[in-house]
Amino acid sequence: MSIAIEFKNVYKQFKGSAYSAVDNVSLKIQHGEFITILGSSGCGKTTLLKMINRLYDPHKGSIEFFGEDISNTDPVEFRRKIGYVIQQVGLFPHMTIAGNIGTVPKILKWPKEKIEARVDELLNLVGLEPSEFKNRYPAQLSGGQQQRVGLARALAVNPDVMLLDEPFGAIDAINRINLQDELLKIYNASKKTYLFVTHDINEAFKLGSRVLIMDKGKIQQFDTPKNIAKNPANDFVKSLINSAKGQEVFLED
Amino acid sequence: MIDYLLKYPDKLLKAFVGHIEIVLITLVISIILAALLTILAAYSKIASKLLINIFAMVYSIPSLALFAILVPLTGLGKVTAIIVLVLYNQYILLRNTIDGLNNVDAAIIEAATGMGMNKSQILFQIKLPLVTKPIFAGIHLAVVSTIGIATIAASINAGGIGSVLLDGLRTVNTAKILWGTLMSAGLAIVVNGILNVIEKKFDII
Repeated sequence: MSIAIEFKNVYKQFKGSAYSAVDNVSLKIQHGEFITILGSSGCGKTTLLKMINRLYDPHKGSIEFFGEDISNTDPVEFRRKIGYVIQQVGLFPHMTIAGNIGTVPKILKWPKEKIEARVDELLNLVGLEPSEFKNRYPAQLSGGQQQRVGLARALAVNPDVMLLDEPFGAIDAINRINLQDELLKIYNASKKTYLFVTHDINEAFKLGSRVLIMDKGKIQQFDTPKNIAKNPANDFVKSLINSAKGQEVFLED
Repeated sequence: MIDYLLKYPDKLLKAFVGHIEIVLITLVISIILAALLTILAAYSKIASKLLINIFAMVYSIPSLALFAILVPLTGLGKVTAIIVLVLYNQYILLRNTIDGLNNVDAAIIEAATGMGMNKSQILFQIKLPLVTKPIFAGIHLAVVSTIGIATIAASINAGGIGSVLLDGLRTVNTAKILWGTLMSAGLAIVVNGILNVIEKKFDII
């Protein structure tokens, strides 16, 4: 199996901040893994994610993407190889759903028919009827539907790596469970690498083939949900698991 | 009053047409210049701050003073009037557009950047289409204010409706004063109304 992403002693410190948002992180992610990154706000999980598609650059250390040091890439072109989903979705309000999903294919100059076919395929994949949704505008969709479109847009050019930054954070509990199940289905069918940031331990343990637990910019534990539940590496992980006792169903899966 | 109109229709018409001419030339130059400066501002934060500050300063100078300052440089007449009016419009147009561009939802920009759009794609495909409203509001304001300030341009021999007003004031000719007022106010009100209608029609987002 190839290594999709590797962090080598990565530091990231923001201007005016006394401590590192990401503090000497080294890790390897195999291609095809579903990694959830778990931690409370300010722990560095989003920073870690955004360094992968170069929205942030590390100030020390290096990151490799399928063996290539990403600091040598052109960030704009590099990002087109990576799917990116954020909590606020960020759909373009002046474009139809089809226009939104077709943005990257259009930039990559796909022929029109190919884009249209892909839009239909993706809408079906995320559970939205193409004929009903294609020509609507984002404002006419519910929050859950908007995030489905956000997901479809990120999947448009079938990227090898998907980055998801608390994508279901603003969605109600019932829709959230549905979306989690559908995301897992899409992931299982794709065999691509997924990185999913969340502060919800439930979600992290349900989705992740491995869970990366972060606190204060450092990795606390990086293992399968089972192993973490069985052998918490330190007090922080222990307290995290204790706090989620009500959700042991997933931990014993 | 009607007598005056019947006696000197060509005089009034000439002033009216001259006024519209100044306004139209000013607007065309203003919009082209503002478009170029907006693009510059969109690429450079320093340029955007500098432009806003400079034009805010110019805008705060009373029009009569600005006309007077420029007369030794560009002479009496239309050219000077148009330069002053274009300068005033830059503040109105740039302020609205740059504010609009800076206030586009950060999540939309993050999504666009994250999916691999470059700076000009984000500007032309995302940001500008989202600020058509403030852009149009700026143009609207610029049109109305140009019609108004252009009357003062008569004081430097630029012609227009202002010349009728000034003549009327100098000779205490009530008919002239009334016609000047009627034409300038009427023009502003009618154009404002037309722009309101257009704005409503284009109100898509």
